[in-house]
Amino acid sequence: MMRLLVTRLLWGIPVLWLILTLTFFLLRAAPGGPFDQERELSPELTALIAEKYQLDQPLLAQYSSYLTATIQGDLGPSFQYSDYSVNQLIALGLPVSLKLGLYALCLALVLGVLLGMVAALYANKWPDLVAMLLAVIGISTPNFVIAPLLIVALAVNLGWLPVGGWSGGQWHYMVLPVLTLSLPYVAAIARLVRAGLLEVLNQPYIRTARAKGLSSFGVVFKHALRPALMPVVSYLGPAAVGLLTGSVVIEQIFGIPGLGRYFVQGALNRDYTLVLGVVLVIGLMMLLFNLLVDVLYRWLDPRVGRATNNRALS
Amino acid sequence: MKLKLGAGLLLVIALVVLIGPMFAAFDAETIHWDDMAVAPDAVYWMGTDVMGRDLFIRTLQGGRVSLMVGLLATMVSVFIGVSYGMLAGYMGASTDAIMMRTVDVLYALPFLFLVILLMAFFGQQLWLLFAAIGGYLWLDMARIVRGQTMALKAQEFVEAAHAIGQQKRAILVKHILPNLRGVVIVYATLTVPQVIMIESFLSFLGLGVQEPMTSWGALVNEGADNMDLAPWSLWFPALFLCLTLVGFNSVGDGLRDRWDPSMQKSK
Amino acid sequence: MTIQSTQALLSIKDLSVEFTTDAGTVTAVDRLSFAVNPGQTVGLVGESGSGKSVTALSILGLIPQPPGKITAGQIEFNGTDLLSLPERQLRKIRGNDISMVFQEPMTSLNPVFRVGYQIAEVLRLHKKMSKKQALKRTVELMDWVGIPEPQRRARSYPHELSGGQKQRVMIAMAIACEPKLLICDEPTTALDVTIQQQVLELLQRLQREMDMSMLFITHDLAVIADLADEVVVMYRSQKVEQASTENMFRHPQHPYSKGLMACRPQLHDNPRRLLTVADFMAADGQELSPTAEQQAPQVKVDKSSHPVLLEVKQLKTYFPIKSGFFGRIKSHVKAVDDVSFTVKKGETLGLVGESGCGKTTLGRTVLNLQAATAGSVFYDGIDVFAQTPTAMRHLRSRMQIIFQDPYASLNPRMSVGQTIIEPLCIHQPQLNKQQRWEQAAALLQQVGLNPDQLNRYPHEFSGGQRQRIAIARALAVKPEFIVCDESVSALDVSVQAQVLNLLLDLQQQHDLTYIFISHDLSVVNFIADRVGVMNQGKIVELNSAEEIYRNPQNPYTQKLLDAIPKGEPKSI
Repeated sequence: MMRLLVTRLLWGIPVLWLILTLTFFLLRAAPGGPFDQERELSPELTALIAEKYQLDQPLLAQYSSYLTATIQGDLGPSFQYSDYSVNQLIALGLPVSLKLGLYALCLALVLGVLLGMVAALYANKWPDLVAMLLAVIGISTPNFVIAPLLIVALAVNLGWLPVGGWSGGQWHYMVLPVLTLSLPYVAAIARLVRAGLLEVLNQPYIRTARAKGLSSFGVVFKHALRPALMPVVSYLGPAAVGLLTGSVVIEQIFGIPGLGRYFVQGALNRDYTLVLGVVLVIGLMMLLFNLLVDVLYRWLDPRVGRATNNRALS
Repeated sequence: MKLKLGAGLLLVIALVVLIGPMFAAFDAETIHWDDMAVAPDAVYWMGTDVMGRDLFIRTLQGGRVSLMVGLLATMVSVFIGVSYGMLAGYMGASTDAIMMRTVDVLYALPFLFLVILLMAFFGQQLWLLFAAIGGYLWLDMARIVRGQTMALKAQEFVEAAHAIGQQKRAILVKHILPNLRGVVIVYATLTVPQVIMIESFLSFLGLGVQEPMTSWGALVNEGADNMDLAPWSLWFPALFLCLTLVGFNSVGDGLRDRWDPSMQKSK
Repeated sequence: MTIQSTQALLSIKDLSVEFTTDAGTVTAVDRLSFAVNPGQTVGLVGESGSGKSVTALSILGLIPQPPGKITAGQIEFNGTDLLSLPERQLRKIRGNDISMVFQEPMTSLNPVFRVGYQIAEVLRLHKKMSKKQALKRTVELMDWVGIPEPQRRARSYPHELSGGQKQRVMIAMAIACEPKLLICDEPTTALDVTIQQQVLELLQRLQREMDMSMLFITHDLAVIADLADEVVVMYRSQKVEQASTENMFRHPQHPYSKGLMACRPQLHDNPRRLLTVADFMAADGQELSPTAEQQAPQVKVDKSSHPVLLEVKQLKTYFPIKSGFFGRIKSHVKAVDDVSFTVKKGETLGLVGESGCGKTTLGRTVLNLQAATAGSVFYDGIDVFAQTPTAMRHLRSRMQIIFQDPYASLNPRMSVGQTIIEPLCIHQPQLNKQQRWEQAAALLQQVGLNPDQLNRYPHEFSGGQRQRIAIARALAVKPEFIVCDESVSALDVSVQAQVLNLLLDLQQQHDLTYIFISHDLSVVNFIADRVGVMNQGKIVELNSAEEIYRNPQNPYTQKLLDAIPKGEPKSI
C-alpha cells in the first residue's frame, strides 16, 4: 500500500508539470492579452504593467520564473483582481467548490445506491422500470436544464429556497446547487448498482450463501452488496472529475463564488496566472481523488493489489 | 423494448429536424419587431424569443448543429479510439505499455478545462469544437477496444489462425475486427449523447457555437436567461435536447444488453 | 424398485422441473423418483444437461424461479415435504440438516470475505454460537478437513488458497452443522486428479465419522465406483436405471448405462476403438449390441523403427514475472524447463501432467506459437525457430494444432465453411472458389458432419460437433503432424470416445503423427504409443504407454497412476 502511494505521488509530478506547461503555452499562443481593453492605454502605462507582470521578458524566461515560483508554492499575482494573489483567490474559492462537490457526491452515493438496490431487487417489475426510467432521464438531462427548472419550481413559485447566492454556505443556499449537481450522478450510480447487483446475484457464491440458509436480506446485504459496489467505487474517479466540471456551470447559474467561476472569468479575461493556478489545483485534486479511489478499491476487494502492479495510473 | 422505443424516438427527432424547416414560415434570423416574446400560437408554433425570432425554426436548426457535432465528433473518436486500442491490444508487450501509459497521462489532464480554454482563446470555430471533443472522448473508446482486443487475442480461434499460417494483418481484419463490431457500435452510440452534452455545456457557457449559428445548448442558455419573460424559449430546446439524449442512451443500453459479451455471461 | 419411504431420509417422488426459455419450455427433470436412506451414499450419474444438478438444487429449493418451475412431485426429507415448506422453515434446513458442496470451488466462495468468516457464518446462523465460539469451531473444522495451519488459513481470502484447499473450505462449511444429508454436485470435476483423489478420500472419511447420508452427483462413473452404495443413471431428464453399485458395474441393464460404462478408456484392456453409447443404443432408443470387431482388443504396433519427424532439444520457455514501477523482471516461471524428446513418424506421443505443469506451453512452443527462451526444435530436419516469417507460414501447413475449448476455438462471426476455407486460401491459392467449397464439404464429411451445414455458424453446433469442425480446419492444410492440446477434455465421456475414435481413424487414413496432450492418463494410455509425464516444466518419465502403466519408474508417475479412480465398485 505504501508502495502504491509513493509511486502514484511520484507519477503525479510529471503529470502536473505537463498540465502546467500545456496550459502555459496554450495561454500565450492565444490571440489577445490580459490588458486589451476597449479604450487604448497609454504606451507608458502598458510598459509599466508589462514590467510589473514580467510580460516584457522573453517567453521562456517567463516560463522558468513562473515554474520556479510555483514549485515554491507562489502562484503569482492575479491580473484581473489586482489586489489579490492567485493563492488568496484559490484559498477563497476552493473550500466553496469542495464543499459543493463533496455534498453532491455524498448525496449521489446515498440516493444512487438506494435507487439501484430497489431496481435490482425488483428487477423487471414496476419499481425497477420506474427507477430506470428516472435514471435514463436523469442521465439525459444536463444540469443546466435541471437548474432553471428547479429554480422556477422551488425558488420562484414556491419561494422555499433562495434563487441563488452562497451566503457563506448556509444550508438553504446549498440545497438547490447540491441537488442539481448530484442528480445526473444519482442516475449513473443507480444504474451501476443495479447492473452490479444483478450480475453478483447470479454468481455461484450467492448460491452458496443461500445454501447456507441465510435469509434473502442476509444474502443481499452481507454477500452481494459489497462486491456489487466495486464498479461504483471505480466510477467515483470519473464522477469526481465530472462534478468538478459540472460545478463550473452550477457556480455560474447560482452565482456561487467557487473555483469554477474564477476559471471561466479568468479564461475570458486572459488572466494568465489565475487560469494556470486553477488548472493546477484541479489537476492536483483529480490526482489525489483518483489515488483515494484506488486505495479504497484495494481495501474493499482483497483480490486487487498483489498481482496488478502495472496500473500505476488511471 | 428499450431499443425500439429509443430508435423510434431518434427517428422522429431526426425527421423533424431534417424535414421540419421546410414547413417553417420564417427565417431563423429574421427579427419580428412587433412580436417579441410571443407565446406559442398558430403563427409562431414554438413562440418567439425576447428578440422576436421564431423559435420553431431556431430549435430545429440548432438541432441540426447539435446532431452534426454529435455524429462527427463521435466518428473522430471512434476512428482514433478503435485504431489506437486495437493496435495497443494486439501488439502487446512494450508497445502496449507505452501506448496505454500515454492514455493514462492524458486521462489525468483536466481535459474539459483545457477545452474551455481552447474555445475561449481561439474563438468558437465549429471544427475546433468537434476536434477538441472527439480528441478527448477517444480515450474511453481506446481503453475499451484494447481490453476487448486483448481478450480476443487470447482466444483459441485467433491462435488457430496463427497456426494455419495467417498473416497478422489478416488476423486483425478477419478475426479481431468483426468480433469488436458489437462493442464499438454500443460505445459509439453512447458517445453521441456525451458529445452533444459537452457541446451544449460549452455553448451554455457561451463558448460553443456562435451567432448567427445556434445549437440546443446555446438556445437553452438564452432560454434560461429569459425564463421569466419567455419560458417557452427554454422549454422547447431543453425538451428536444433531453429527448435526443434519452433516445441515444436507450439505444446504446439496449444494444449493450444485446451484444456486450460482458453482459451476456451473467445470463 | 426399493423405495421404502417410511425409513428413507430423503425420498423424491415423480419430480418434474421445467425451464422457460426464449425457445419454449424445456423439461429439465422428468418424473424422477429415488430415495436416500440414512447413512447411505447414492450416486446420481449423467452427462451435461441430463438434469442431475437441477435435481440437487430442487431439493434445497435453490432453483431460480422464474425461469425454473417445479411442476409436479414431492421431495420428502425426514417425513416433511420440502416443496410445500415455507421459505422460513426451509432456511432452517439449508446448511443445517441438508448442505451442499458445489462444482466450482473457485467461484463458490465469496471473494471479499475471509474463509474463516464464511465458515463461522453457518455456525452463528444455525447453532447460535458467539463469534468466539464459532471461530474456535471453525479452526477445528478446518483442521478436520485437512487444511494445514488452520489458525492462519482461517484469515486467508479465497484467492489465496489453492483449488483443492478451497474445496476443503467448502466441505468444512457444509459439514459445520453436522448435516444429515450432504449433497455433492460434481465436487471434484474442476480439480486435478491427485487432488480429486484426496477430496474423495476426505468425503469418504467424513461420511464414516459423521454417519451422514450423501447424494453424489457426477458425470464420471469411475469417481463414484468406490463411494456409492447405489447408483441412479439419468439420461435426457429421465432416470433410465437404478441399481446397487455392484450390479450397475457388473451387469448394467439399460443400453445407455452399458454405453456409459464402455466409453471410458480403461488403463488395462483397451479396445481397438472405444465403444460409444451409439454402439448400444440407436437414435430411437432401440438396443443394439456391439459387434465382435468393434470389441477387438487394441494392438499397438511398434513404431520405434520409423524415421524421426520431430526432434526437440533442450527446449526452455520461461515467462518473466515483472514487478515494480518500471516492470523490472524479478524472476521467471519456468513453464518448460530443459525438455528434449523425439517423435517418430506416424506415432502418437502422449504428454500428461496436472494443470500448470507446462504441457500446453510445450505444445505451443514446439509449433512456434509461443517464443522459446532457449533450445531448438527440428521438424523433418528443418530448424523451426530459424525460419523467416514467410517460410514459417509455409511450414505451418505441415504442422497443426487442435485446441481444448470447442467454444473458443472457432470464430463466432465466421461460418463453418469460411473457417475451413481460410487455410485453403493461404496454402492452396491456385484453387478456385468452387474447388475450395468442394474440399471443405469433403472435409466436413470426413469428420462425420453433414456437408450441408457449411453455411451455418458455430453457435448452432454442440461441443462435440464444434471439435469436429476444428479438426476439419486443421486437416484442410493436409498436415503431417498435429498437436492435440486437451482436445477431448471439455467433452462428455461418450462424445469424448467418438472424437478419440475419429482421431485414430484419421491417423490411419492420413498417416498422421500426433502429440496428444491431456491431464487424463487413461485417455493418453488409450491413444498414445509412448507417454511423457510432465511435472514442473520437466519431462520426468518418457516410455512406451504400456511400460508407464505397468512399471512406472518415477515416484510422480506412480502418484498420478494411484490417483486415477479405478472404476471398481467397493465390495459389500
